[in-house]
Amino acid sequence: MGIEFRGVTKKYPDGTVAVDDLSLTVEDGTITVLVGPSGCGKTTSLRMINRMIEPTAGTVLLDGQDIRESDPAVLRRGIGYVIQHAGLFPHRTVLGNVATVPLLSGWDRRKARQRAAELLETVGLPAELGRRYPAQLSGGQQQRVGVARALAADAPVLLMDEPFSAVDPVVRQGLQDELLRLQARLGKTIVFVTHDIDEAIRLGDKVAVLRVGGRLAQYGTPADVLRHPVDDFVAGFVGKDRGYRGLSFLSAEGVRVEDVPTIRVGSAPDVVEPHWRLAVNDEGEPRGWLPPDSTVDGELAESDLVAGGSLYRQGDPIRGALDAALSSPAGLGVVVDEGGKAIGVVTAHQVLDVIEGHPEGVGGA
Amino acid sequence: MIPELVDWVSDPANWQGTDGVPARVLQHAGYVALALLIAAAIAVPLGLFVGHTRRGAVVLVGSGNAIRALPTLGLVTFLFLLFTDSFVAALIGLVVLGVPPILAGTYAGIQAVDHDVVDAAEGMGMRGGQRLWRIEVPIALPLILGGVRNAVLQLVATAAVAAYVGLGGLGRYLFDGLANFDYGEVTAGAILTALLAVILDLVIAAVQRALVPKGVRIATAGRRAAGPAATEEVVA
Ligand SMILES: Nc1ncnc2c1ncn2[C@@H]1O[C@H](COP(=O)(O)OP(=O)(O)OP(=O)(O)O)[C@@H](O)[C@H]1O
Ligand SMILES: [Mg+2]
Repeated sequence: MGIEFRGVTKKYPDGTVAVDDLSLTVEDGTITVLVGPSGCGKTTSLRMINRMIEPTAGTVLLDGQDIRESDPAVLRRGIGYVIQHAGLFPHRTVLGNVATVPLLSGWDRRKARQRAAELLETVGLPAELGRRYPAQLSGGQQQRVGVARALAADAPVLLMDEPFSAVDPVVRQGLQDELLRLQARLGKTIVFVTHDIDEAIRLGDKVAVLRVGGRLAQYGTPADVLRHPVDDFVAGFVGKDRGYRGLSFLSAEGVRVEDVPTIRVGSAPDVVEPHWRLAVNDEGEPRGWLPPDSTVDGELAESDLVAGGSLYRQGDPIRGALDAALSSPAGLGVVVDEGGKAIGVVTAHQVLDVIEGHPEGVGGA
Repeated sequence: MIPELVDWVSDPANWQGTDGVPARVLQHAGYVALALLIAAAIAVPLGLFVGHTRRGAVVLVGSGNAIRALPTLGLVTFLFLLFTDSFVAALIGLVVLGVPPILAGTYAGIQAVDHDVVDAAEGMGMRGGQRLWRIEVPIALPLILGGVRNAVLQLVATAAVAAYVGLGGLGRYLFDGLANFDYGEVTAGAILTALLAVILDLVIAAVQRALVPKGVRIATAGRRAAGPAATEEVVA
């Protein structure tokens, strides 16, 4: 179900123009992220899709139909909505919260609760949590419940207003991964609001950058916005290290994976060697590095090793390969296969050669 | 004073018949209950309306304060002169007194419901009535019932004015005792009134405990004690 804004303007009674002549098409089955500084009209734009706010001018179309033709309550039951800070109902259990829309839509109680229980699993919450009340959950759990509640209607469209803003970066990344996994399975049309450009780039198939005053500054793929910001505002907003971030969209094709001498943890190294050796466990997974000229008493233990850098999974964008090489104590980025087994190494030098030879270039402006 | 009180209490005649303690207590509780019902029937819907729509809040708070400033005795006397019916006068007086606390509690309760929660309810497709009854009222219940509790305390104390315009209730002991210089009777009347207030308050507290949703209780406890209380409830 696509969404289309046609010349939409929202002027609040006090004269604030929150959204100014917005025209934008959100394609069916994609994640579109609205991003921009505080007060640029992201929430206002989002809430005009489910008629929580009525535009002063222009039209919003859902699946080609003017949303003003539908009853607001019915329209909203067909659109999942995750509000900022979850907004869970404190007097209802987690299951009761998630079952809200199915019950409103007239499902019988048992079926609604069953659906709710499934959804808890979908968003990665243990079933026991279903009986708890929102006040008994952590911030991250509450936000997951908020997402589950929005998914419960099985609506083709999902609106998410800074759904992951209240949690620390680690939990946040977990929630983002979860959302991408879910989306790969469910293929919904998602409009996602954030003021975090990194989140926008990670999640968005398309990114709409808004500027204060509610005007659309740029709309395109994340790679596009990073490489070719249309003006100084967008360039400034996407940040200083956008050249490096742009590597997230470059394939690592052409980077040669080289062999590396390895040594098994638990074996007894009888020779001293003048170069770095990659320590692996019995499964072939990298555990760390053994520095040049090290001697080991008896069996090689993990405590003899220098911790390794980040790992680069073969097939991922080139950013991971460069980071692996730069973060490795040996200057050699460890490449692993799907199963996590070490298959070789790359050097920063090689990676840079490939980047420089890339027809797309890197940084853009 | 104490010997007189003991004399009065230990006189079996004071515990029997239409002037006896049980009958007077029932009468008193009856005035309170009737006034409370009528006051709630007026105040709760009004408070819900104002809280839900956020319309007319200023008028409501202002008039609530004005009513509270009215001296009840004066009001009841005035009403008695107006209606020349002591029951109607006393009842109206008590209702007027009972409305402000319930109104204030209801309005404050609805208004204090987290805006995000109401917003989520609306965004999920609840209509106005569904939002009010399924979300706002259950969450506001502690404050609504708190208002009722305040009203009951005031009504029990003030229902004594019924006796002033010639009706029954525990106020009889106060006015009759004063007229006859029987301070034992006066003291007994005062103590019985206070006891009745305490008992009714306990009853409403139990009702409150039974009606307030568990999730709301946990949330309030968590907010008050920031952590420990909340974890306790999790275990329980
Ligand atoms: N009800 C309202 N009345 C008047 N002005 C409003 C109202 N709601 C929002 N605004 C104004 O409209 C502008 C856009 O608000 P909006 O909430 O859409 O911003 P936002 O991009 O979501 O910001 P944030 O990232 O801080 O959430 C702001 O200047 C805000 O002050
Ligand atoms: Mg916002």
